[in-house]
Amino acid sequence: MSGILILAEHRRGTLRDATLEAIGAAGTLKAALGGPVTVLVIAADPAPLAKAVSVGAVDEVITVARPDAATYEPHVYEAVLRSVIAQRSPALVLMPHGVDSFSLAPAVAIGEGLGFATDVFGVAVEDGQVVATRAGYNEKVFVEIDFPGRTGVLLTLRGGSFAPETAPASPAVSAIDAGDGTARSKHLDWRDPPATGGIDIPGSPFILSIGRGVGDEANVAQFLELADGLGATLGCSRPIADNGWLPKARQVGQSGQLAAKCNLYIAMGISGSVQHQWGMKHVENIVAINKDPEASIFTIARYGIVGDMLEIAEELRKQKGIH
Amino acid sequence: MKILVPVKRVASLDDEFELRDDGRDVDPDFCEFDLNEFDEYALEAAVQIKEAAPEGSVEVVVLTIGPDDADDVLRKALAKGADRAIRVDDAGLEEADRVAIARVIAKVAENEEPGLVLCGAQSADQGNAQTGMSVAALLGWTRAAVVSKLDFAPGAATAQVERELEGGLVECLDVETPAVLTIQLGINTPRYASLRSIKQANAKPIECLTPHDVGLSDAEIGAAGALSRVRRVFVPERGRGEIIAGTPSQQAARLLEIISEVNG
Ligand SMILES: Cc1cc2nc3c(=O)[nH]c(=O)nc-3n(C[C@H](O)[C@H](O)[C@H](O)COP(=O)(O)OP(=O)(O)OC[C@H]3O[C@@H](n4cnc5c(N)ncnc54)[C@H](O)[C@@H]3O)c2cc1C
Ligand SMILES: Nc1ncnc2c1ncn2[C@@H]1O[C@H](COP(=O)(O)O)[C@@H](O)[C@H]1O
Repeated sequence: MSGILILAEHRRGTLRDATLEAIGAAGTLKAALGGPVTVLVIAADPAPLAKAVSVGAVDEVITVARPDAATYEPHVYEAVLRSVIAQRSPALVLMPHGVDSFSLAPAVAIGEGLGFATDVFGVAVEDGQVVATRAGYNEKVFVEIDFPGRTGVLLTLRGGSFAPETAPASPAVSAIDAGDGTARSKHLDWRDPPATGGIDIPGSPFILSIGRGVGDEANVAQFLELADGLGATLGCSRPIADNGWLPKARQVGQSGQLAAKCNLYIAMGISGSVQHQWGMKHVENIVAINKDPEASIFTIARYGIVGDMLEIAEELRKQKGIH
Repeated sequence: MKILVPVKRVASLDDEFELRDDGRDVDPDFCEFDLNEFDEYALEAAVQIKEAAPEGSVEVVVLTIGPDDADDVLRKALAKGADRAIRVDDAGLEEADRVAIARVIAKVAENEEPGLVLCGAQSADQGNAQTGMSVAALLGWTRAAVVSKLDFAPGAATAQVERELEGGLVECLDVETPAVLTIQLGINTPRYASLRSIKQANAKPIECLTPHDVGLSDAEIGAAGALSRVRRVFVPERGRGEIIAGTPSQQAARLLEIISEVNG
């Protein structure tokens, strides 16, 4: 029972950055947990991906080539990963807390009897035992989790919480056959998000975003005018896009856009869920306006206003002469 | 055919809250409770399948595991179109994690034999995103997570679903049934309950069972069925930005200053 096993996450032939973060996390835990650090790549053609994960503290890459793994399929992945875990008995199994792992991690943890926690952003080893930290109550508290009686632990890691590892390394690469498992779902197609219609969240230096605090569809138009008058791009949280109040191209967050070039982000009536933060928490100047003084958005903001977004918006319009 | 929709009563915290004496959770006196938002969408998806099928051929069963206060969320679900409600009492489940809760749901599913189980993609309070897919694993059923579109005719061997991935990319797939799916926000527009349906829901019985009643053994209940344990909950020391005080007019003026300072 030793070592760390990481499952590589990839999509449409490209390794996802979150895998490099998991490798980074493993690098910091290797001394305490013992090696080796192993990355498992399951794909129709694993070779290019095996190269991409040959970084940092990785000692070994295991590849499993299967035609039924041309796209992620949870039942196929489950069979392969469980058989590798059964052979290697790693002390810790890591994977990104991505949408794909939602349908994989629980089956693997239950099937192999592993300790299990998801969306983890802190990992410590105390007396040889893994302790994980995650958030609770919409990010308002932190929760420390341990795994009594478990010899192996599976954690899914929150994106952006561990420094990605990119320094090239030369691990041993071994190709194996693993796991029976048959697909029970069939990939039909990909559909890219709809065209943005000129709305450029990723390229915008100044974004004013509204969340559910806006209250009503009738209030949305005035924020388009306000953003315009201030020279900002209007963004939004997911519920606003889900309601059809603004187009999806304005949605900031994990299943929307990354505010990649943003320098000033004003969040109005947004609580600060992890998925929204994913798209904006890196921004240097965040201003949060929220009527709940405990909203987690304040913990990442440089400036905060505890108050009613509609009142503040009205004042901004008045003082700026926006009609 | 039945569709089982497990629903969770989720907590949001008051402005000022305190931890429980043992330091392992928030004191529930400082929580407000409501039906998990994701479950509103899961329920609506189930009710829409029922309404598209011949009358009387689909029954939507909602289930929650929790104390009697959790009847509220079941009544809400009944008012929004569920036909039957089951509550499994959480006595003995204090040390349950999401996997231990999933063991209860899976047992109820074994007993009820639904063609589909629709869970929320995650809970709005804890965001574990574990329970639904754990139920699938325990049942050995097909599973798909974060479903943003669902086409299913009762009795069909497959369901057509879309999964919404990072960046809004969508995967279209066929999923064998019976299946457990977790439902993403925005898949549909959940209906409002009418006054009449709220009244009717309040008159409907709620079937109350214990974990033993549904067939769980002691080795599966609570801590024994869990894969994790909460050791400690704490309010982190976190940097807080500068709070801009004053009247809304003063706050707006300062915000305009900040905008011009930053934008230069
Ligand atoms: C797989 C997955 C992907 C997701 N992707 C995204 C994503 O890309 N982007 C995203 O945003 N979410 C995403 N979500 C949803 C996310 O979990 C939250 O549900 C969402 O971010 C909440 O949006 P919100 O902050 O606007 O609403 P809420 O959490 O409801 O917060 C509303 C806030 O407004 C405040 N408020 C209310 N009235 C006022 C007022 N008058 N003035 C000031 N403040 C007020 C309240 O105090 C509260 O803090 C995703 C979820 C999942 C499971
Ligand atoms: N106590 C519960 N009773 C019934 N269903 C639950 C319960 N807890 C979680 N669920 C289901 O699991 C989903 C949330 O998953 P999770 O984030 O893992 O808690 C909810 O949307 C429900 O469908």
